[in-house]
Amino acid sequence: MKKINKNSLNGFINYGIVIAAFAVIQALLGMGRLSNSLQSLLVPACCYIVMAVSLNLTVGILGELSLGHGGFMSLGAFSGIAASILLQNAIPLAPARLAVSMAVGALAGALGGVIVGVPVLRLQGDYLAIVTLAFGQIIKNIIMVLYVGVDERGIHIAASSERFDLAPGGTAIIKGPMGAVGVTKLATFTAGFILILITLAVVQNLVNSRAGRAIMALRDNRIAAESVGINTTKYKLMAFVTSAALAGAAGALFGLNYSSTGASKFDFNTSILVLVFVVLGGLGSIRGSIIAAALLYVLPEMLRGLGLNDFRMLIYAIVLILVMLATNNDQLKALLGRVIPKRKGAVTSG
Amino acid sequence: MAEKKQFQKGKMVPVPSVSIIPERDLDKSPILECSHLGIDFGGLTAVNEFNVTVGRTEIAGLIGPNGAGKTTVFNLLTKVYQPTRGTILLDGLDTHGKTPSQVNRMGIARTFQNIRLFNNLTVEDNVKIGLHNQEKYSMFSGILRLPKYWRQEKAAHERALELLSIFDMQDLANHQAGSLPYGAQRRLEIVRALATNPSLLLLDEPAAGMNPSETAELMENIVKIRDTFQIAIMLIEHDMSLVMGICEGICVLNFGQIIAKGTAEEIQSNPTVIEAYLGKQQ
Repeated sequence: MKKINKNSLNGFINYGIVIAAFAVIQALLGMGRLSNSLQSLLVPACCYIVMAVSLNLTVGILGELSLGHGGFMSLGAFSGIAASILLQNAIPLAPARLAVSMAVGALAGALGGVIVGVPVLRLQGDYLAIVTLAFGQIIKNIIMVLYVGVDERGIHIAASSERFDLAPGGTAIIKGPMGAVGVTKLATFTAGFILILITLAVVQNLVNSRAGRAIMALRDNRIAAESVGINTTKYKLMAFVTSAALAGAAGALFGLNYSSTGASKFDFNTSILVLVFVVLGGLGSIRGSIIAAALLYVLPEMLRGLGLNDFRMLIYAIVLILVMLATNNDQLKALLGRVIPKRKGAVTSG
Repeated sequence: MAEKKQFQKGKMVPVPSVSIIPERDLDKSPILECSHLGIDFGGLTAVNEFNVTVGRTEIAGLIGPNGAGKTTVFNLLTKVYQPTRGTILLDGLDTHGKTPSQVNRMGIARTFQNIRLFNNLTVEDNVKIGLHNQEKYSMFSGILRLPKYWRQEKAAHERALELLSIFDMQDLANHQAGSLPYGAQRRLEIVRALATNPSLLLLDEPAAGMNPSETAELMENIVKIRDTFQIAIMLIEHDMSLVMGICEGICVLNFGQIIAKGTAEEIQSNPTVIEAYLGKQQ
């Protein structure tokens, strides 16, 4: 193309930041300068970046509040783990199995998104927040009682341990409250890096296309968007399901990073944590989401020694309230506008 | 002050549905036919017995005192409200049960009294959103950036600039819509509506807040739009110089009822209209 417009330039900068960060971390890893505890944070940090960017699609770009993003992550995690165990013999190559598992996770997330989105996104108002809040809890509670296993007779699914009659040679995939145990750790930092790049490509290309413009039009003014012939439900659903699918893929990667994963890892706190990343990074700003997720995930882990960890959720809540107060304060906004002129234009996509 | 300009208007002739349309449109079916259209809000009848026919290339006016139900009529035509009674035929097709976006795809585009732009997006993106249904590529071609995406986006970009040039706004293409001056925002709304390729354009107070020279320019542009796109335009306006200057058929509403229909000359001398606007002579 003759001239690169501002939006695609912003997109390239985002790819650049991610690639540069990956290169620096790889170099540090090669030199052995990263501590073990930091190394263990790399894959989850990638997952949270993907979670934040995908939630930004729903909250910042579509303008609908979702409080159940952890639920989609959970769906992706357990379906991804199940896929990786079931396909152990069919696909011996670990990276290929990881990719397929992540695709299965994305499908499961998308399916969850359709189930929640189809009835709820027809309504106007805050119903999505209420229903997704419940959805996250429901998924958690279902997986808490779910037993899934495989033996030579096929796949077994049961809702209690008594009815779970796995043959002696079989493998249990999900064992109720214990979650998934004995998972082969397939996740690698490189896979996380690739997933971030895919997420960026999907979200940024979507935003700069016909569909993305329709989604942003719905956010800015629903009545006007309908008056120019935009199908409200279709585009709301498109954004929401894409967001849920990416969360599912992130969940699969997250689940395959640990040898055991319980449903309680994806509770309400996880959803709120990701929302905090999105709000602090800036609604609608992809770059903000990446940076906020990376910093806010890694910093508290590094500061664990300070004894602040018990107050982590409290601190997030206070910071979230302060940010909301500050960004809705006209005097403060006017002051910021004077200090940083022309920052208004950066809202659409960064 | 711009000098007073005379606009060429068509000769108005009666049609069977007790309305008048321009003579040049007589051999084509009318673009809009409303019969017995009405809506109640609870016990309140906001609009009743609204019968209007608009010719295919007519500039029609809808006037009346504040609260007469003019914008409600627009909301009925665009299905923001579903009518309680009556039918709306757009180009002979019944719009019963359609949603606002479906009605737009059938050919009605509108602007709003209180401007409704996509304020966080650029001027060009606002117009491209208007072009939404003329671009035909799927979400996946968009995400994967297939050749179809590049072709259609290039066409949309060119078309958007072409449409913006109607109002000489192509230089503002990269500005944020919400940061434009008031008059430019009104013009952008018209461009966005035109981008949807309508056969009937509804303008809700297009000249509100404009000074006399801007209004004169707007009048020229409305006539120019009608001539270039060969579409019908229906407008609500309080500025009588605009309504009397360019509208061919004028319809006067008061308390949700049509109190007069006719050409500018007929309306100006109609005693019921004078009474509705100025009150009864003692």
